[in-house]
Amino acid sequence: MNRRRPLDAPAWLKASLILIALGYIAVVILLPLAAVFTEAFASGLPAWLEAVSEPDAQAAIKLTLLVAAISVPLNCVFGVAASWAVAKHDFPGKSLLVSLIDLPFSVSPVVSGLVYVLLFGAGGWLGPWLQENDIQIIFALPGIVLATVFVTFPFVARELIPLMQAQGRDEEEAALSLGATGWQTFRKVTLPNIKWGLLYGVLLTNARAMGEFGAVSVVSGHIRGETNTMPLHIELLYNDYNLSAAFAVASLLAGLALITLVLRTILEWRHGDELVAGGH
Amino acid sequence: MTEIAIDNRAIYGRYPAVPNPVTATGKPKRGARFTLKRRSAIPGFGLTLGVTVFWLSLIVLIPLSALLLRAATGGWDHFTTTAFSERAIAAYKVSFGTAFIAAAINAVFGLLVAFVLVRYQFTGKRLFSALVDLPFALPTAVAGIALTAIYADTGWVGSLLAPYGIKLAYQPQGIVIALIFIGLPFIVRTIEPVLADLGRDPEEAAATLGANRWQTFRSVILPEVMPALITGFALAFARGVGEYGSVIFIAGNMPFKSEIAPLLIITSLEEFDYAGATGIAIVMLLASLGALLLINWVQHRERIKRGL
Repeated sequence: MNRRRPLDAPAWLKASLILIALGYIAVVILLPLAAVFTEAFASGLPAWLEAVSEPDAQAAIKLTLLVAAISVPLNCVFGVAASWAVAKHDFPGKSLLVSLIDLPFSVSPVVSGLVYVLLFGAGGWLGPWLQENDIQIIFALPGIVLATVFVTFPFVARELIPLMQAQGRDEEEAALSLGATGWQTFRKVTLPNIKWGLLYGVLLTNARAMGEFGAVSVVSGHIRGETNTMPLHIELLYNDYNLSAAFAVASLLAGLALITLVLRTILEWRHGDELVAGGH
Repeated sequence: MTEIAIDNRAIYGRYPAVPNPVTATGKPKRGARFTLKRRSAIPGFGLTLGVTVFWLSLIVLIPLSALLLRAATGGWDHFTTTAFSERAIAAYKVSFGTAFIAAAINAVFGLLVAFVLVRYQFTGKRLFSALVDLPFALPTAVAGIALTAIYADTGWVGSLLAPYGIKLAYQPQGIVIALIFIGLPFIVRTIEPVLADLGRDPEEAAATLGANRWQTFRSVILPEVMPALITGFALAFARGVGEYGSVIFIAGNMPFKSEIAPLLIITSLEEFDYAGATGIAIVMLLASLGALLLINWVQHRERIKRGL
């Protein structure tokens, strides 16, 4: 198995290339991850427990979960609809539509937040009307949800479009010709085919939704215990020089990131062929 | 995430619309009556396209056009004075400069990491490969405070360098460190599939013709991965220019020295200077669109070269 071909790099070169690559990953990625958990438990488990259970931290955790619970399903429905339209039908302007769906990826998170302030903020276009009718969007839950939906917008669609394109239309057409309705076809034929890809997209959407900082920071108003999500709460603690509490809350989000990576690796390992069917 | 984006684009290029078997036969089968009106026999087109366009307009297009309109209604002179004030120009220099340096460092080491992950077998490979994706999953604020803790004078790395008078945190160098963390997966994940596709035959051919290892790398491997390298570089650069969460903790945020453009937007907003914030946002939006165009152009050229 380890047959060395005559053209393979000599052992010393191979070993040093591997060492440099792993060293780079260790310094760039592993070190920060280790720092989060070390700092989080530096003052002991009781301090960690207190930091994550005090009322403001609890409020931040609840808000983060609520925001994710609203924005992830919204983008999920959008992603499935968009990939159905794009992958199962032909229409002019399709590639433009796909590029526009990708657009939020290339916009700075701060700019994503800013556009909603310009629309709904006190000095924004709809600001005076919203104020008259006593509707609060900026510095409140709706603004945070909007900003989160914006930054996580393409994840599900981007996962499903190539998958559904690669799977073609034959199975759906067969089901339809056998008399199935459109909805039955989607539920019994398409959905089982894309379920792992959909789960993958939802995982990525959720990780980003819970961790988004820049966009949410612009629209949230930073009201302690009210409009502070977990990342904003971390910033607040950090700027108060309450480092161990900041890292305690950060360790929760780092744990979420690790779980996401593990699930993702398992999905790729077990269902890799159903994730990027015919990718390369 | 974005590594999948590249795959997608490759797929969009490689998969022509699947020919419709119902219409292709010419003789309509049962259920083919739909196809007389539409090109696809599959229902739900109006509904799903409607939902897509509605949601896209509501969340992305209308807000972004509000930004553009806001800049346009202020007038050109007003735009240039706010978007190109001295402080804003200094912030662009910091943002673009640090993003460029970080992407360049990552291009070198990312190529090496991708090469090692594709070519060599070693224990713990799967773990290291999964770790490369961590910056995609780790919230930027968490990365920011962790990097600051490491590179501050009292941190693991900072305390080693402090005796030699080397300071990394609260300096522009700190921004580069944060952007290296953020950008690494973009480069590695873009190059990996290309290296895997390349295989070893071209190298062996080159070696047979008498090329040494360095010549083979320079004249055979590098030209093949160059488009992917440029794409990864552009993705990492674009992301780095807009990055906020991981940078502000470690940057020090001194105007004219280590203040990034996204932070200046937030500072302007806090002072209710909407015009200033809008101007800077437009410049950044144009920069990221420029990076996107570069990526599309590189991939378009590749497809032509490969005759796809």
